[in-house]
Amino acid sequence: MALDEPKTTDFKYVGTRPDRPDGFDKVTGRAKFGADMMAPGMLHAAVLRSPHAHARIRSIDTSQAEALKGVKAVVTRADFSKNVPFDSGLEGEFWNVLENVMAGEKALYDGHAVAAVAATSALEARDALKLIKVDYEVLPHVTDVDAAMAAKAPILREGAADSSVPEGLHPNVVRYHESGHGDVEAGFAEADLVIEDSFATEATHQGYIEPHACLATLGSDGKGELWCTTQGHWYAQKVCAALLDLETSQLRVTASEIGGGFGGKTTVFIEPVALALARKANRPVKLVMSRSEVFRATGPTSSTSMDIKVGMTKDGKITAAQGVFRLQGGAFPGAPCEFTAMCAFAPYDLKNVHQIGYDVMSNRPKQAAYRAPGSPMAAFAVESVIDELCKRLGLDPIDVRLKNASHTGSKASFGPRFDAIGLVETLEAAKAHPHYSAPLKPGQGRGISCGFWFNHGGETAVSLALSEDGTAQISVGTPDIGGSRASMALMAAEELGIPYDHIRCTIADTATLGYNEISHGSRVTYASGLATIKAARDAVEKLCKRAAAKWGIPEEAVKWQDGFAVPSGPNAGNFDPLPLKDLTADMGATGGPIVGHFEASPEGAGVSFATHVVDAEVDAETGKTEIVRYTVVQDAGKAIHPTYVEGQYQGGAAQGIGWALNEEYIYGDDGRLQNAGFLDYRIPLASDLPMIDTVIVEVPNPGHPYGVRGVGETSICPPLAAIANAVSAASGVRLRQLPMSPPRIVSALKHKTNG
Amino acid sequence: MSKIHVSTTVNGDDVEFLCDPRETLLDCLRDKLHLTGAKEGCGTGDCGACSVTLDDRLVCSCLVLGAEAEGKSISTVEGMAEGESLHPLQQKFIEYAALQCGVCTPGILVATKSLLDKNPDPTESEVRYWLAGNLCRCTGYDKIIRAIMDTAADLREAS
Repeated sequence: MALDEPKTTDFKYVGTRPDRPDGFDKVTGRAKFGADMMAPGMLHAAVLRSPHAHARIRSIDTSQAEALKGVKAVVTRADFSKNVPFDSGLEGEFWNVLENVMAGEKALYDGHAVAAVAATSALEARDALKLIKVDYEVLPHVTDVDAAMAAKAPILREGAADSSVPEGLHPNVVRYHESGHGDVEAGFAEADLVIEDSFATEATHQGYIEPHACLATLGSDGKGELWCTTQGHWYAQKVCAALLDLETSQLRVTASEIGGGFGGKTTVFIEPVALALARKANRPVKLVMSRSEVFRATGPTSSTSMDIKVGMTKDGKITAAQGVFRLQGGAFPGAPCEFTAMCAFAPYDLKNVHQIGYDVMSNRPKQAAYRAPGSPMAAFAVESVIDELCKRLGLDPIDVRLKNASHTGSKASFGPRFDAIGLVETLEAAKAHPHYSAPLKPGQGRGISCGFWFNHGGETAVSLALSEDGTAQISVGTPDIGGSRASMALMAAEELGIPYDHIRCTIADTATLGYNEISHGSRVTYASGLATIKAARDAVEKLCKRAAAKWGIPEEAVKWQDGFAVPSGPNAGNFDPLPLKDLTADMGATGGPIVGHFEASPEGAGVSFATHVVDAEVDAETGKTEIVRYTVVQDAGKAIHPTYVEGQYQGGAAQGIGWALNEEYIYGDDGRLQNAGFLDYRIPLASDLPMIDTVIVEVPNPGHPYGVRGVGETSICPPLAAIANAVSAASGVRLRQLPMSPPRIVSALKHKTNG
Repeated sequence: MSKIHVSTTVNGDDVEFLCDPRETLLDCLRDKLHLTGAKEGCGTGDCGACSVTLDDRLVCSCLVLGAEAEGKSISTVEGMAEGESLHPLQQKFIEYAALQCGVCTPGILVATKSLLDKNPDPTESEVRYWLAGNLCRCTGYDKIIRAIMDTAADLREAS
């Protein structure tokens, strides 16, 4: 059976656009999200949070809260594991998560959890919080990345830095990355023009509309159940078990429908707290965050401060590039400084390149992954400088990018050589798109940018069971954030040769499948998709065996063709093709249930590139920027369900527009977050955006049976720079700090006018 | 604190509940009537995920107290389909993939139905501004707007 050859054409189901299997539930209101679950005897919980950016916790008195009628349990740090060492598992991640979900000796940011209550109603739980007395010793704080690296900055935690950090840096610098190749100084000497500039971006929140929510049950027998909105329930199981001294397998975690994640639901915040309360009260406990808690204590992405230097010849060849990227990661290590550094120059085939990244702690919430973590900021800085070089040298920005573009076999700025990639194809499609040559109105400007993301594979397990009536059910372990159940069913339909509608894909709980890594790194359609295809092939192999037995011929003499077992080869003989449903109808009598499965950590996730074209109009009087036209061109490898691929392109662009123009975490001098709500943290509205045009480029990824590349994250990499370049073209001023909010644009225009 | 007895109508059914004076209509719909279609995305009237109609007026149910529902008529997403037939907007949202995670979808459907009931022939701008109180973080609104414009055209043709 020639099942292992890559298939990139002649698809019957892949590439079609059927309705999603969860659509009906989601339009009728019956889909169950994190906060929609209830249990008999359920309590409601609430969390007390630090009002200080940095404070030593001298004592916590919970006695009055415990005495309040209706209160069934109060927990503090003392109710969590005392066995998690400082450098435990996941490179110290368990300790960091524990410290983040419930403060120990110090509160490290405004909103840091210090205690929690479970009571018979949500109102009683909130009332009880007011009775908890915390004695704080307020300490000096720092929330800005450059300030946090400066000599006299308050130290968050001594000894948090790992061995990558060179000597002599402030203890708040906890990780360091350096990479590149060639001789950048020699390269700059060859350039006709060198531009060196500094950029900054503010922290932005993933902004999923569904706040974190969970329902936990846990007995003193160590057995528990957890329902939660998460991108990775096996990870939640592993971490919660560690933080509560449970055996991992005794805690069953079920992922609810997830109301958006974008990376922000790849860790745990309230889940261990709800479990601790449930154990103490011996009752199910529901815990739901308010929106202000989501802003103050989850996410956001890193803020950055960046220095870029790029040299170019007058015909547009980049001779050298270097970047320094300082990422503020909040109160714990983990800001994606290496991703920022590694993505920065990835679109370009460079002889001389050098990049440095710093992970810096400050008194802000621990940063969480946000869609291509670290990459959009780098693209903003680098692509702004390249745009400026093109402008000053009088060159077309797409032509210059084509001249320098990474292609198959290029040595990437971060080391390895690229396999088949589609950057050139996206640039050519952007250049040929009518948008690029459309006339602009006065006051409008056009910008373009490229973007890059690695994509990821990761631990994956899928099971595919056939039913007697010839239908199939797939169990996957990656929560569906953008329609992946439909994509899995399409791939299984293709392999089995049965209609899409005859397949149901379910997100299995942790008791049902082997470990599945989080839905992150744009890995789901790639890795769970690959596993689904392999599981289907495993089932097909078993079907062929049953057919061979029926016909009394060797297994090798049976092949699978479009839903039928058919005899094949010289010794096969003449038999009528057997449809799948005839083989499943009597499977109990021919050897038992037929189930295909696949478990592996696929490593062939193909990297992905995009090119965005955007037209912006800047109102010089008010500083307001309107996005008037937007086109996304991105390589999907192979679009399994093109409509959902378009949805990822559009969604990434929209989030990028918000990041570029409006969204920012604003901290006061007191170190407290000033805009912890959707009124003041303004994400794009329907009235802010135009239609977002999409072009799907397909350069197959050799690492997937159908050529799939992840598509979820790359779409947020180019928008910040593309919009900055459009604003610069429209207004004549270069904005080096995001967001390009009206006050910043007005100020920049004023300085330009004044000389 | 003593509770308030509320008699009201939800999706055509007479219902009663006891609520704390501080509880919102959204709390009551979700926790007392177990109608969890309306979502709490913010609790401050900024995101529209809790949109319902109160005597045919579109409201954020997180900004209405449960007690204010007394004697009123409430419609939620759970009341949009008729029997086993989806409302045309619901059907088109599935067809256009006008939802990704789906958590904003109930609010957007209720808000849009309310618009089309008043204005069967809205312009794209009118739709965009009407929905400015309903946040969606996944889609960039493109497919939502297209689904709505197409539904409106179909409904006009049918009437």
